[in-house]
Amino acid sequence: MNSRSASAEAQVWSCLDQVMDPELDEPVTDMGFIEAVNIHAEGQAVEVEFRLPTYWCSPNFAFLMAFDIRAEIGKLSWVRNVSVKLIDHCFGDRINSGVNEDADFSSVFAEYCNGESLDAVRIKFLEKAFIRRQEAVLQGLLQQGFDSNDVVAMTLGALDSVEFGDQTATLQRPRYRSLLLSQGLAGDRGDPAFVTWAGERLSACELGNYLSRSRGVRINMEFNGALCRGLKSVRYGEAPVAPPDPVPVPVRFMRDAVPP
Amino acid sequence: MYRTAEGKEIFVVDGHIHYWDGSPENQKNVHGKQFIDCFYAYHSNLSPPEQRWEKSKFEKYSEDDVYRDLFIDGPDDVAIIQTTVLSDFYKNGFSCVERSTSMAARHPERFIVNGSFDPRDGEKALDHIRFLKEKYDIQGVKMYTAEWNGDNKGWRLNDPEAYRCFELCDELGIKNIHVHKGPTIIPLNLDAFDVRDVDHAATDFQNLNWIVEHCGLPRLDEFCWIATQETNVYAGLAVVMPFIHTRPRYFGEIMAELLFWLGEDKILFGSDYAIWTPQWLVEKFWNFQIPDDIASERGVQLTDSVKEKILGLNAARLYDIDAGARIQQLQESPALLEPE
Repeated sequence: MNSRSASAEAQVWSCLDQVMDPELDEPVTDMGFIEAVNIHAEGQAVEVEFRLPTYWCSPNFAFLMAFDIRAEIGKLSWVRNVSVKLIDHCFGDRINSGVNEDADFSSVFAEYCNGESLDAVRIKFLEKAFIRRQEAVLQGLLQQGFDSNDVVAMTLGALDSVEFGDQTATLQRPRYRSLLLSQGLAGDRGDPAFVTWAGERLSACELGNYLSRSRGVRINMEFNGALCRGLKSVRYGEAPVAPPDPVPVPVRFMRDAVPP
Repeated sequence: MYRTAEGKEIFVVDGHIHYWDGSPENQKNVHGKQFIDCFYAYHSNLSPPEQRWEKSKFEKYSEDDVYRDLFIDGPDDVAIIQTTVLSDFYKNGFSCVERSTSMAARHPERFIVNGSFDPRDGEKALDHIRFLKEKYDIQGVKMYTAEWNGDNKGWRLNDPEAYRCFELCDELGIKNIHVHKGPTIIPLNLDAFDVRDVDHAATDFQNLNWIVEHCGLPRLDEFCWIATQETNVYAGLAVVMPFIHTRPRYFGEIMAELLFWLGEDKILFGSDYAIWTPQWLVEKFWNFQIPDDIASERGVQLTDSVKEKILGLNAARLYDIDAGARIQQLQESPALLEPE
């Protein structure tokens, strides 16, 4: 590989670092989902292969990740074409052709989702990501000795200058901050650092209850994350699985449970 | 029965086990292979290394394996077998009430076999419920609301046709409704994320017990909120238990949430055998304490009496088992393997 293509590939991987598993709020690269990055056609076409912890992982999330992979890499100025290839998944073929042909979710899965859009799922999981990131930062502040009054009065500028002892808080602060800004929940350094997803100020006396609810959200996401990492490591610890049937058959736990 | 280090005998009801055939001979297609492979990944990933099985044994284990793993090497007194048919994937079904009942025949006093039905089958579902009651005298069922059925991509416990089924269950005394609310897999629609239908059904069917398997994870917060409001909603610990080995602090956080919101009378142990075996789960559970910082924040702890309820007494209450009398009966006819 020459240095130019090495740099192109590095740029693609940085784009992939920006793609989250929506359910986990963790980058697909950290999760080990990206199997291969191939750059073709004189360095202008990118193909990304990815795979998930199980054959049954929710197609909603698979579609979102495939879509986001394509969108992120498409932002690179030298890229003319991006294709995504999900492998070993019960809806792999359909997701791949849909995403690569710029179709939206409801048209790809028209017969399955009654025209539901994926945006509602995306927003729901963005909220969970916000709560989880925020919880880590809040817990980090409490550990540093800030009390609830300090926390609710804190501005974004003040938050930026805190030195955390806690690694999780250090990691999550910029991620929390970027969601605050992208969602219009804060604009400049003088704005409150902590608001709810609905944009309301936190109150000192309610902070305990608020954190208790946030913890529930984090517990859920950790459950998914732990399962996904574990299942993926085991799944691909063995020989590759056989390719799926060309036409996926829906899951039926109890077909014919009822005698004819 | 689990015997503690001090010699105390603990009655164990394993609330969630399977007797499946996922072998290649029984697989209909690649989905059948992928389904059992996925179970095997759960098993391999969350079991301690010395507890891992060969793939071929995991795909299809024998009657003797069940008796040995649950009652001889394992601490179970009574095990509740759930039914999962999956006939799109398996020629003779995956885990069926007929095969389970036949396996259980050697020691029926050690098993409760639950049925299943799909409300979307309409009249046929009602007929099937009557059939299950008449032939197998079932006391409970396992429901999969996320299951696909033709063009239909899942159902809700409070759908009108589901209510007709639950009315019949109530009438026939099938009172324990186990509901699978667990990790997100297929299907596509948004309802797959939701546990709120439990709230409606539990309110409208006060005589029925709603056991939410896998505690609604990854929707524990929503589940806890619902379960707090309803007196007849319970948490089943299948799939949650093995985290006691891989991530004990995290397991402690989940237990603290459940004890805080639901209380010690509404949590049921389940090994999810044969994904995991009860021996090591119960052993670790008995010796587990919620880490102090989490316990003091929530004001709860897994004391011996709380553990005793979770391991057996809570399920015994739901299934009308007199623990003392049953222990006596089991001691008179210990579980045996088939003679060689």
